[in-house]
Amino acid sequence: MKPAAFEYRRAQSVDEALALLREHGDDAKVLAGGQSLVPLLNMRLARPAVLVDVNAVPGLDRIEANGAVRIGTLVRQRALETSPVTAARLPLVAEALPYVGHLVTRNRGTVGGSIAHADAAAELPLCLAVLEGAVVVEGPGGRRDLPAGDFFVTHFTTRLAPDELVVETVWPSHGAGWGFAFEELAQRRGDYAISMAAAAVRVDDGRVAEARVGIGSVVDRPTLLSVELAGEELTPAVARDAAASALETLDPSGSVHASPAYQRHVTRALVERALLRAWERTR
Amino acid sequence: MIEVDVVVNGRRRRDWVEPRLLLSDFLRHGLGLTGTHVGCEHGVCGACTVALDGVAVRSCLLFAAQVDGHELLTVEGLAADGALTPLQEAFREEHALQCGFCTPGMLITAGDLLARGRPTREQVEDALSGQICRCTGYEPIVRAILKAADA
Repeated sequence: MKPAAFEYRRAQSVDEALALLREHGDDAKVLAGGQSLVPLLNMRLARPAVLVDVNAVPGLDRIEANGAVRIGTLVRQRALETSPVTAARLPLVAEALPYVGHLVTRNRGTVGGSIAHADAAAELPLCLAVLEGAVVVEGPGGRRDLPAGDFFVTHFTTRLAPDELVVETVWPSHGAGWGFAFEELAQRRGDYAISMAAAAVRVDDGRVAEARVGIGSVVDRPTLLSVELAGEELTPAVARDAAASALETLDPSGSVHASPAYQRHVTRALVERALLRAWERTR
Repeated sequence: MIEVDVVVNGRRRRDWVEPRLLLSDFLRHGLGLTGTHVGCEHGVCGACTVALDGVAVRSCLLFAAQVDGHELLTVEGLAADGALTPLQEAFREEHALQCGFCTPGMLITAGDLLARGRPTREQVEDALSGQICRCTGYEPIVRAILKAADA
């Protein structure tokens, strides 16, 4: 349970981090909060030759809320959890954050690190996908915005190139009429989820105008489901039917704690609950 | 080797470390502070929790090289003058420990929680979800933390 040897480089700026990534390519890993990376190093599931520590890079730990909420990559999950911006502007994230690891790992774990790590069982990538946010990355070609829907490819795999760094995530504003809900089932609080669901519903004139629902921990990446709810009143029966039909084509991977059939059952229940609670919160 | 210059429990310590040396091992083997316990070494059990610049963190998920220029508090720093802190006193009164393996991490985590205001019972239980105890069944620990919050 000790990591293999590596070279430790502490970057003092984004440019210095990018230069180190360019120099070392696939041999380098970025160290942010380290709450996912260091367990992998300790278990020697990852053996990078070089760790590029970005914790000392200034300016990446800000939360800005002019228009969309822009969250610097080094913002600690605990800082986001306690920020008034989150409560006021990102109710879905506020509800999901207590499920992210444990209090002590959230103290250190970063928002950008969770997004870049792209664990299929992570809460923040699912929230970013359901809120139709974006990931801002910097690399040799400059800065680019990647929509969350394209960013997550599969387990621990994103569109991020080895010489690029996530510098910020963008969480769009949702105005009046929207309601959100997050649901998760794990064996114990803070464990990897058996399943999770996040819903965003907009109501206009007493009926659903838009509805998005996504699931995590069930397949290889956070996945938006297809739900046809526009024009409906979101009654329990409607939510139940929508959840059942959205999951028809889904192929849950299953895990040591949950057979694919059980995972499908749980996911259907969580999707149904998330839709209903999001609907209730639009009022 | 990387030079580490760090304040631990109010005392400045300097040493040269290999990059891969975990902070937990640096504390125990480098500085002889064996009150910080090592259980799972992948962030699950919470026994190695210490405070970094006043914030509870897993010392098994940090490298010693990363704490250069920072300040640490370990369980040894709690009753530095020999008198138990109100939190430690509450742990004793409520029988919130038996074998004591998890206690250093419990105390540092609870200290972090209490520093942010009076927690609800639910917040205490949520914080303890990241700290594994195999003796007490947690209930006395929850009681002790809530008691310390009122002290």
